[in-house]
Amino acid sequence: MSIEITDLTKDYGDALALDSVTLTLGRDKIYGLLGNNGAGKSTLLSILTGRQYPSAGKVTIDGEEITNNDSALGKVYLVAEQNMFPEDMKVSSAFDAAAIFYPGFDRTYAEKLANKFGLSLKKKIKTLSTGYASIFRLILGLSVDVPYLIFDEPVLGLDAQHRDMFYRLLLERYGEKPCTVVISTHLIAEAADLIEHAVILRDGRILRDCPSEELTMNAYTVSGPTELVDRYLEGRHALSSNILGGLKSACVAGERGEKPDGLEFSRVSLQDYFISLMEEEDKK
Amino acid sequence: MNYQDEKPIFLQLAEQLEEGILSGAYPEESRVPSITEYSVNLKINPATALKGINLLVDGGLLYKKRGLGMFVATGAREKLKNRRKNQFYRDYVEKLIREAKNLGLDAAELETLIERGFEDVD
Repeated sequence: MSIEITDLTKDYGDALALDSVTLTLGRDKIYGLLGNNGAGKSTLLSILTGRQYPSAGKVTIDGEEITNNDSALGKVYLVAEQNMFPEDMKVSSAFDAAAIFYPGFDRTYAEKLANKFGLSLKKKIKTLSTGYASIFRLILGLSVDVPYLIFDEPVLGLDAQHRDMFYRLLLERYGEKPCTVVISTHLIAEAADLIEHAVILRDGRILRDCPSEELTMNAYTVSGPTELVDRYLEGRHALSSNILGGLKSACVAGERGEKPDGLEFSRVSLQDYFISLMEEEDKK
Repeated sequence: MNYQDEKPIFLQLAEQLEEGILSGAYPEESRVPSITEYSVNLKINPATALKGINLLVDGGLLYKKRGLGMFVATGAREKLKNRRKNQFYRDYVEKLIREAKNLGLDAAELETLIERGFEDVD
């Protein structure tokens, strides 16, 4: 059971948003879809939820092609920036509508979450602030019962406390009712520990597709006097480096070997790794 | 979790659990928090939490009761104390003796120093 994306290409005429992307999203894992602005993340997510059509290639969900296939598309739910409900609708009526489209929608839970976040059910969608409009969409996502739950920049406009609440609620939902979760985000540091598998997109192509641990365990930071660091880096693969006074630090790909005297090694976070990889690509 | 820590998160979690067993916060034959509870509390992927917990399962400190969760094994505290004692010997006592020998101190002199240490240190 999985979402299979095969040779997916999206051509906007003057720009190639996706360039033959092939990717499998397996069952019951939390994926992180990472990439800079314009990498093609949102385009990919809109296509696999049927909101856009590809120029070439195909997407299947649990073996069924998604084009004009409501039963396959009913298995995915996308939380994105756009509001899918009439602006004049009240929050409570939107919950009613969601229950019709998604039979597994848990209305009691949605109301409980609304209460927890302080979202009034009586408010019209158009009157919600940016933050609460995001919260409204997140609550819908957390309350539907689908095997594939996709979040495109889920925490935009949310304050720190609400972001924290969202991550915990998502993990609670995932723990109780495992499903495939895809989180597409710029805020990598916040979501890094939630992500089991990282997919890094760049210019419409997949740059990395592997367990996030594999990325962070196979890279490390070396720092020390510039001359020593430079000597250490000879014959090694430095993704990025920076110099501050006489000290240099570099992010090195590969396994840590013996640490020479005078140098310090440290762990890289998923965000450090991502930034270093982007810097390396910029040089190409 | 401490992100500056050199140790991966699953190891930090395993150590935190061991501390809980040693301090008696998790008594023997009591249930420890579930994978989901750890995941939600620490905001980590459940697979990471599972990896940390499995380290203690493999060490015989925790065991699984079907449908009920993870429990602290009888004798886990003793096992941990012994492990810590061995570690203490390797990390501190061996070093202490080596340095004492360098300084030409014999066992009796060292004993006097240790007794003094017991007096001085709270």
